[in-house]
Amino acid sequence: MEQLKTIGRELAMGSQGGFGQSKEFLDLVKSIGEARSKAEEDRIVLREIESLKRRIVEPGIPKRKMKEYIIRLVYVEMLGHDASFGYIHAVKMTHDDNLVLKRTGYLAVTLFLNEDHDLIILIVNTIQKDLKSDNYLIVCAALNAVCKLINEETIPAVLPQVVELLGHSKEAVRKKAIMALHRFYHKSSSSVSHLLSNFRKKLCDSDPGVMGATLCPLFDLITNDANSYKDLVVSFVSILKQVAEHRLPKAYDYHQLPAPFIQIRLLKILALLGSGDKQASEHMYTVVGDIFRKCDSSSNIGNAVLYECICCVSSIHPNPKLLEAAADVIARFLKSDSHNLKYMGIDALGRLIKLSPEIAEQHQLAVIDCLEVRLLPLSAHDTNHFVGNNAQCWCMTQDPDDTLKRKTFELLYKMTKSSNVEVIVDRMIDYMISINDNHYKTEIASRCVELAEQFAPSNHWFIQTMNKVFEHAGDLVNIKVAHNLMRLIAEGFGEDDDTADSQLRSSAVESYLHIIGEPKLPSVFLQVICWVLGEYGTADGKFSASYITGKLCDVAESYSSDETVKAYAVTALMKIYAFEIAAGRKLDILPENSVIWHMEDLYFGKSHFLLLQCQSLIEELSASHSTDLQQRAYELQAVIGLDVRAIGSIMPSDASCEDIEVDKSLSFLNDYVEKSLEKGAQPYIPENERFGMVNISNFRNQDQLEVTSHSLRFEAYELPKPSVQSRTPPISVASSTELVPVPEPSYYRETPQTASVPSSSDTGPSGLKLRLDGVQKKWGKPTYSSSSASTSNSSSLKVVNGVTQVDGVSSGNSKTHETSYDSRRPQVEISEEKQKLAASLFGGSSKTERRSSTGHKVAKASSHASEKLHTSKSTAIYSAGNAVEKPNLVQPPPDLLDLGEPIVASSAPSEDPFRQLEGLLDTTQDPGTFGGTKAPDFMALYAETPASSHGAGVAHPLSLNREVDNLIPGLSNVSSNTVHGGTTVTNPSQISKGPNVKEALEKDALVRQMGVTPSGQNPNLFKDLFG
Amino acid sequence: MIQFVLLISRQGKVRLTKWYSPYTQKERSKVIRELSGVILNRGPKLCNFVEWRGQKVVYKRYASLYFCMCIDQDDNELEVLEIIHHFVEILDRYFGSVCELDLIFNFHKAYYVLDEILIAGELQESSKKTVARLIAAQDSLVETAKEQASSISNIIAQATNRRKQSNGSCPIVNGRWLTKLHFPRHSLTEL
Repeated sequence: MEQLKTIGRELAMGSQGGFGQSKEFLDLVKSIGEARSKAEEDRIVLREIESLKRRIVEPGIPKRKMKEYIIRLVYVEMLGHDASFGYIHAVKMTHDDNLVLKRTGYLAVTLFLNEDHDLIILIVNTIQKDLKSDNYLIVCAALNAVCKLINEETIPAVLPQVVELLGHSKEAVRKKAIMALHRFYHKSSSSVSHLLSNFRKKLCDSDPGVMGATLCPLFDLITNDANSYKDLVVSFVSILKQVAEHRLPKAYDYHQLPAPFIQIRLLKILALLGSGDKQASEHMYTVVGDIFRKCDSSSNIGNAVLYECICCVSSIHPNPKLLEAAADVIARFLKSDSHNLKYMGIDALGRLIKLSPEIAEQHQLAVIDCLEVRLLPLSAHDTNHFVGNNAQCWCMTQDPDDTLKRKTFELLYKMTKSSNVEVIVDRMIDYMISINDNHYKTEIASRCVELAEQFAPSNHWFIQTMNKVFEHAGDLVNIKVAHNLMRLIAEGFGEDDDTADSQLRSSAVESYLHIIGEPKLPSVFLQVICWVLGEYGTADGKFSASYITGKLCDVAESYSSDETVKAYAVTALMKIYAFEIAAGRKLDILPENSVIWHMEDLYFGKSHFLLLQCQSLIEELSASHSTDLQQRAYELQAVIGLDVRAIGSIMPSDASCEDIEVDKSLSFLNDYVEKSLEKGAQPYIPENERFGMVNISNFRNQDQLEVTSHSLRFEAYELPKPSVQSRTPPISVASSTELVPVPEPSYYRETPQTASVPSSSDTGPSGLKLRLDGVQKKWGKPTYSSSSASTSNSSSLKVVNGVTQVDGVSSGNSKTHETSYDSRRPQVEISEEKQKLAASLFGGSSKTERRSSTGHKVAKASSHASEKLHTSKSTAIYSAGNAVEKPNLVQPPPDLLDLGEPIVASSAPSEDPFRQLEGLLDTTQDPGTFGGTKAPDFMALYAETPASSHGAGVAHPLSLNREVDNLIPGLSNVSSNTVHGGTTVTNPSQISKGPNVKEALEKDALVRQMGVTPSGQNPNLFKDLFG
Repeated sequence: MIQFVLLISRQGKVRLTKWYSPYTQKERSKVIRELSGVILNRGPKLCNFVEWRGQKVVYKRYASLYFCMCIDQDDNELEVLEIIHHFVEILDRYFGSVCELDLIFNFHKAYYVLDEILIAGELQESSKKTVARLIAAQDSLVETAKEQASSISNIIAQATNRRKQSNGSCPIVNGRWLTKLHFPRHSLTEL
């Protein structure tokens, strides 16, 4: 300790000069380090805060001193104290010209402020300035801050500059710019939706670091929409191949492995792209097989890559050889002594099990080993094991490795089927009872419920299991689970077998009556019990109504602080009485009740009886503070007073599953409405017709508009121009895209951008001054079309080469696998207990469902698979739908265009407008070209060049319209507006005609007839028309 | 995505925190308290992952310091373990056989290093050389700036720095995390 102090001091002295910290600060750090308790530490920090508060506001502090104060603030904040009084000083420091101070300022603000902090608006300006700096280190510092601080509202302020930085000469800047865009995408995907092609472009950056960084945003994009990126499969595969072949600079090697972090990212992406896509998967087999073979399994990073390979293999279209290689690696993981690898092995096994259930059987002994040693810590075998191996504390024996245990449960959860559900769920419940971690308890409870619902072998077991779950984790499970259970009991398991359903119900009732006396049941469970007892307590005649009501009253009394339970109990009482009355039974025939209250005088002259207990309960509740309980109590009293017929209609027996019909059109009010109309009332106008002119296209483009409408403006206001202008480009973008006949299906995402660029630049400098302008400059065609060609060649070649290797590789693999497996077998000594467990867990795994006759839903795995199939199909349908819809989407001309502007007319191309129109029709007639060719090379990346020119042409039907409008200048406004307000949007022939004035007038007349007075958005419209 | 990075000492003292997702100061304290409770009490042979509030925390101990990173459910734990190691190796190279004291007194430098490795919760650079070069560039600018301010203190600093290095063969008992070769490369698989 003494030594430590001296060295610390020495170091501190050294640092004093070297790092510019004062003695004072070093003393602070030291005293914190020497603090014996948290309380002492807090005292020291609070003292420091006081002194900082005082000194930081002193006038004329030298800058270096200020810098130290800021670092001290960071320190204070790091220790968990509030330093918000100094945030503003950190913000100020970012304004400084000195790089050292600026860097400190940025560091402090990124650590202090969350993206929603008010002060951020003060930094945006500085960031804008710094992004333009010619010192790349300043740009880097600013980009770091951008990644942390810029929120949805401030994105537009820096977006153009960040995009511009993608072309910066320093790779560090490009990389950070990419990551910043990635961050923007996270914050608000619509803000960068027009920039997605930049990510593709950056994939071919000359610097591997930039390429690696680009994989992050691409991964997210592909997660959201894999289909648009299928064309990149080959590129990714070839990159991965090059990486695996040590083509990247040595600097990217990590522990002798070539760029493993990049490999892992690529494998993740391939897993997404190959999922459910046989064709794409076939491209990947070779390279993944290569990596399996090459990876060094003795290092941790090698195993990380191998694990990612397994994930990839289990996600893409299955290939037997790769599966075998994966199984081999899993075996190695599971056999390893490292818990980390065991954990990964179990996780990987869980992934692979969906594809080949046999693999679980192969490894059953390894898994059972995990179970035996780690899941049953209390068995004699284990205690010996642990006491013998390490005489550590008791908790070690009790709880060897919780993480591994949970992972194993996750695996068990995945391999549950009706043959082993009992063993697994029992174990899960045992574990659930033993832990305190509420978060995980909730999770495991809901898993138990799910498994029980899906695979329950018998009603009795199901009810028992649910009881256990609710008893021990009732307050943690989602209330929906309880509702689900009630529904399940009410509806049965979905078969038409009524006897099974009633058996289920009576076994539920029986078990609940058994359990109800136990103290301290969770509220949720009591709600279920009350509901079931109320609904089915007397249904099978086993239990008398008075017995059940007695129990219910007990519940209501003993949980008197829980109003929900009381409400459930009262309603249950009401049901039971109602059923009794409906069945014509008198409530006083019950022999075991000694005290009976004669109600005749009290209640409406009818002769019914209530238990004394129940009576007092109702009295208590009708005076309750809760109006809900009062209401229920009074309802109960009223129901008891009714006759059989009335009760039959308000409380029908066993009707909890019947739908209650709701007359949504409120037809019973028709008479009333007609009457008031006759009296001269205004008719009701549905919301969407209320302004008559609401634009349908608005809805379509909503997400694009969102950006403009939500965001703040950070540049100075321009010359007065209709604000409407700024919305033009997104709209024209949207409509033009749909028409562009892009060779790859993936392209319609990005073409809007390229298409809009030429058209908007056509309008001249005064036309559209938008946030996009940074983008335009950036995007010269020549820059990327040239770079693509070189890469494409090399990549396609390599793939061809690789194909030949496949067979050799994987056959070798399978051989090793077999031998290792054989040699392992005899070594394992299997205790009888273990074997039993293995049999119960895995025994049925290769057989089909044993109990499929009981038919508790479909096997999980298959349902999963079908689900997947379904989604992939539906996406396909969706994209097809897109293609078909296209002509329609063109329809709504951009409503908000200021058509009076002469500039717009000039934006029409010099080409013959009719020829463009032809082109337009061509595309609409042949939407099939859209999803067609799939050029599998790097060139695909840049195929947008031709597309963009096409897009520019296509964008002009809109301007065509405008030209027509200008022919009738007075009416132009009206016609364009009415067209989309009123006429149908789905008539594709409309567009060629342009807006029809006559129709517009008709429309207007109609609208007037309907009683709409022109108001709001376009008052001038009518003035123009009639004035 | 990495949600946050946490460096805590064996005594539970916070050495560095970096949050990539928004957490309030209160939540931060809670997270640190909870996690240090869980992680510091785990035995040495157990796996380096903890499932926690639906996320996963990967941690690794270097001498007396625990490096923790919280990641999403579908991230690769082994990879994150190596990201931690990557960070430590770069720190080691930067400080010259780094020890806990370096981080205690120069935590802001550690932040700068971290900012070059992780950005927005993702690994931004996997080449040690590139990171080292960039940080050196930044530092050299700082140095020139400082030289203008006071060149004498700089000379003193260099002298004392040299002293530290000569003394620093063993700054703290058990305090050395790693030197380039002393650090067992495969320590994880052998655990």
